[in-house]
Amino acid sequence: MATAPQTATEKTTITNGADILVESLIRNGGNLIFAYPGGCSMPLHQALRHKRDRIRTILPRHEQGGGFAAQGVSRSTDEVGLCMATSGPGATNLVTAIADAKLDSIPLIAITGQVPQAVIGTDAFQETPIIEICRGITKHHYMITADDWTDPESVRKALESIPRIVKEAYHIAKTGRPGPVLIDFPKNIQLATMDEEPNFDPEIKLPGYQPQVRKALPEQIRQVIAAIKRSRKPILYVGGGIINANASDELTAFALRSGIPVTTTVMGLGAFPGEHEQSLAMLGMHGTVYANYAINDADLLLAFGVRFDDRVTGKLDEFARHGKIIHVDIDPSEIHKNKEAHFPIVADVKEFLISLNQAFTEDDKPEIADWSKQIAAWKEKYPLKYNQTGDSILQQYAIDELWKQSKDRDTYITVGVGQHQMWAAQFYKFNRPKRWLSSSGLGTMGFGLPAAMGVQAAHPNSIVVDIDGDGSFQMNIQELATLHCESLPVKILLLNNQHLGMVVQWEDRFMQGKRAHTYLGPVDHPEALGDGDGPMVEDTYPNFVQIAKGYGLGAESVRNKADFPAAMSRMLDSNGPYLLEAICPYQEHVLPMIPGGMTARDIIIE
Amino acid sequence: MKHVLSALVVNQPGVLAHISGMLASRAFNIESLAVGETENPEFSRITFVVSGGDRVLDQVRKQLEKMITVVRVIDFSGQEFVERDLMLLKVSTTIGARSEIRELVDIFRGSIVDVSPEHVMIEISGQERKLEAFVDVMRPFNIIELVRTGRIALLRSNEQTIDVSEDTPQEKAAAAARQ
Repeated sequence: MATAPQTATEKTTITNGADILVESLIRNGGNLIFAYPGGCSMPLHQALRHKRDRIRTILPRHEQGGGFAAQGVSRSTDEVGLCMATSGPGATNLVTAIADAKLDSIPLIAITGQVPQAVIGTDAFQETPIIEICRGITKHHYMITADDWTDPESVRKALESIPRIVKEAYHIAKTGRPGPVLIDFPKNIQLATMDEEPNFDPEIKLPGYQPQVRKALPEQIRQVIAAIKRSRKPILYVGGGIINANASDELTAFALRSGIPVTTTVMGLGAFPGEHEQSLAMLGMHGTVYANYAINDADLLLAFGVRFDDRVTGKLDEFARHGKIIHVDIDPSEIHKNKEAHFPIVADVKEFLISLNQAFTEDDKPEIADWSKQIAAWKEKYPLKYNQTGDSILQQYAIDELWKQSKDRDTYITVGVGQHQMWAAQFYKFNRPKRWLSSSGLGTMGFGLPAAMGVQAAHPNSIVVDIDGDGSFQMNIQELATLHCESLPVKILLLNNQHLGMVVQWEDRFMQGKRAHTYLGPVDHPEALGDGDGPMVEDTYPNFVQIAKGYGLGAESVRNKADFPAAMSRMLDSNGPYLLEAICPYQEHVLPMIPGGMTARDIIIE
Repeated sequence: MKHVLSALVVNQPGVLAHISGMLASRAFNIESLAVGETENPEFSRITFVVSGGDRVLDQVRKQLEKMITVVRVIDFSGQEFVERDLMLLKVSTTIGARSEIRELVDIFRGSIVDVSPEHVMIEISGQERKLEAFVDVMRPFNIIELVRTGRIALLRSNEQTIDVSEDTPQEKAAAAARQ
């Protein structure tokens, strides 16, 4: 059907609110969004369709998947990930991904459609007060509304505010301590039109937000260097702040020059090369014995970009009790929050490290030969280890093998939550930042697959592997469809032990091994109450290979260690998305382990 | 230990809900909270009375400062400030002590703002101790209803509390570093 020719008087540029929002995203650098449509976000999807040569829209199969995929972008690049959902259930399905981004300080912009202003507050169809729900789990939030939706001038003002709101959202999401920003967008403003373009580069107006780079004062740098020089047992305890600040080069330079050993939090993996001899790997509940012993004995803790989380500290009073603490963080509220710091410094950790590196001389190097010897002895005595014998595929072995086969390639690793996550943190050694994606603060099962999807979309030519457990994997298994339909060749290493392994481990340690809803097969199976007898479950449920194939993925399952390396290389060399299921025993425990609220002295090694 | 804090916030919908939600979700104990527009209609000022130790106070202040809509937080501890609380109360006059009540209202520099055969309504403002003392002397007459605004406070002297431009990141950082 031919369109009618335009007359000279016809308006040629009608811009509606949805167009303005999408255009604003693009002008702030947005080129990829994970968006699931619905009644109150349809105008936005029309705008995305219209501008599809400038912004790619990926349709996840669940809004939560879209939220985690957007995080996958944020966590593996310097960009701000974008996700979108409709009002009501679409919006509430984003809540977990938003909370997750908040706890891990991940920049994210979530856009939700909202019912038209005329019916807000009337319990309209698919209405939820998403701003109210999300206040405590966002860094900031906006609702794009007209003061009086019946007044054209007021509606026009709302339209004109959109570019400023989007610009502010980007600014807030990625500066200071990063975090998620929610923009709730009622449909009447999405559909409202104006004749000419608004100003797409307006001034931002944030009198209460001054995240300008904070540098440490020269006096503070002098004090830090003096403390380092005096110390005999210093340790660097570094976290996600280093990754967020892009400061791993500066950190590594400082560690190498000073010779001080480095331990990282789960968020900090990759901040310092995991294979380097100065690396003590991860600390905390499932950290290495040597990292936890070193923290326990240290006389100086250089805590950079960390927040003294309970999974790291265990019993707070006992944590690092011999050591003076230098705490550097960009967020003043983290200073003294859990642990009193002797030298509190509110600064951008990259700027701080640059200043420190400039001021630090050969002369300031601490005398730590004895300390290094002590740490080397601990490393020798208590290495991370697993049973190498037997035919079955231990999870640790599978991850170790994946590491060997992928470490020299351009690889990103995502994980779900549970035992497999901790084993991945222990046995996959990350030498670079932003290669490891883990839901660490919120601990959201189901994070791995959608996050991998986002990473793959941002890095089409890299290898992206989701190391997952059978419990976590099933929490967002629907995203297999997205992998196939959007040509995202994510690889999934599924460590299937038929159980919720981490809970099983706690049942074994603290509840006399009584299984309580931790077996993932049919309930009439003896294993459901822990009465099984085999080392691993023979008849696993469900048939993941069939499921993956049904979604269009390549897939295979292996049980014997002898078959595993070849199967792994088949997966890594495959062109499309691929699932490799390894049937694993469920009796394995993640060790070492410091039970919650205990100390390094209570560490369980066997 | 009670502390008085004052937050200058952007005057827009939802800010009060955001702040009270944050305080509740972090389990801070707020004794009173008073809010109103300032001389600049773009900003409101919220005065809090918080109970807890220094560490709690420090966290409340920092968590407030972290909020995008909060421009500045002032902790009045150890500073010269004026604080006031406004109270309205209805006192029964059925036992015929109207003149005695009037006398007490005068002593406390309150005023009677409404009169009926059975009661008087009294307006009184001042520091918390004064208001409490007044409540005590009124009790024998039978207090029918009572309402208070919660405390509001301002620093004495010429110290500017609204000038946003003063609030440099260095100052904020230095304030945080002071513990």
